[in-house]
Amino acid sequence: MDAKTAKPLTADEIAAIIREEFGDVIGNAEPTVGIGTIPVTDNSVWQPLAYFLREDDRLKFDFLASLSGVDYNDGTFGVVYHLQSLATHKHKIAFRLKCPKENPVIPTVMDIWKAANWHEREAFDLYGIKFDGHPDLRRILCPEDWEGYPLRKDYKVQETYHGVKVPY
Amino acid sequence: MSSLLDTKFEKGGVVISKVEDLLNWARLSSMWPMGFGLACCAIEMMMTNASGYDLERFGIFPRSSPRQSDVMIVAGTVTFKMADRVKRLYEQMPEPRYVISMGSCANCGGPYWEHGYHILKGVDRIVPVDVYVPGCPPRPEALIGGLMKIQELIREEKFGGKREDAIKRLAAKAAPAEEVITAEHPFNANTAGATVNKQEAVEAAETV
Repeated sequence: MDAKTAKPLTADEIAAIIREEFGDVIGNAEPTVGIGTIPVTDNSVWQPLAYFLREDDRLKFDFLASLSGVDYNDGTFGVVYHLQSLATHKHKIAFRLKCPKENPVIPTVMDIWKAANWHEREAFDLYGIKFDGHPDLRRILCPEDWEGYPLRKDYKVQETYHGVKVPY
Repeated sequence: MSSLLDTKFEKGGVVISKVEDLLNWARLSSMWPMGFGLACCAIEMMMTNASGYDLERFGIFPRSSPRQSDVMIVAGTVTFKMADRVKRLYEQMPEPRYVISMGSCANCGGPYWEHGYHILKGVDRIVPVDVYVPGCPPRPEALIGGLMKIQELIREEKFGGKREDAIKRLAAKAAPAEEVITAEHPFNANTAGATVNKQEAVEAAETV
């Protein structure tokens, strides 16, 4: 598809295309600053949905700009994906998945966008969110023997690390 | 015009000195720091090494190996992940060795002191520090000041003497703060001049 046939879509139009293909697996698109956010309610379809987002001619989301973890402080964690269609349509969208804090598991999208590899490791490192199917899910920023997940809202820093006091 | 060395050596070419002083002079004129930096302080350290401030005029230039180094300049934020490495590098340096903690982060954790879970709150928790250079980051002049403090310390050292005794001898030479910063000192806020200015300002405000 060349630039003449390219058509940037709004968040509502993207949501309609997804509903047409997958049924009722997403909530209504939320207007966020400069870019819409679509909440995904059924995590089990996330991998085929992500593949569809990348491959469908109307969408062509070829670039995962950012993958962020969130602690909503109400017993749920979230993962927010910022996608762009850089080569074709030039449109942007964000997707949000949620998971319970007791069992924080989200399917990996590492096979669809390679950029997700280290981003998912970072979300695992700082929030403890486990990405099902990730080939190498270990800490990326903190030391390997660090205790706890530092960006969780209930995080308490450990007293010592390798015999050195941690708090001031 | 002849140089200092020419005037000293022109008649006979003999200088009498203590071996201890000669050795100390040689050591303080060739302090080789470890060439590594951890954060923005390292930029200032590089500036100090470069032509603008030219540390090589003091015989100081960075070495690539801890085994050839005399001084470790901890220039920047030390994370716990890095702390183990910094400690190992310090242990690999041959004695006598000196440590300069450069900048607020290395001194005490700096801006990360409260919420920085991953930051070592002061490099003195893992290695003994000889000189702390304050600043965020310190200017090259401040780092040169810190290195000259190490030079002063080396000048006080004796064969087989302890580092603590050299520090005590150095401290005994220091002038008390009230002698250095006097009432007439421009940095002193309670100078007479400042009071007059304040009064003048109040009067000027009243007339308006």
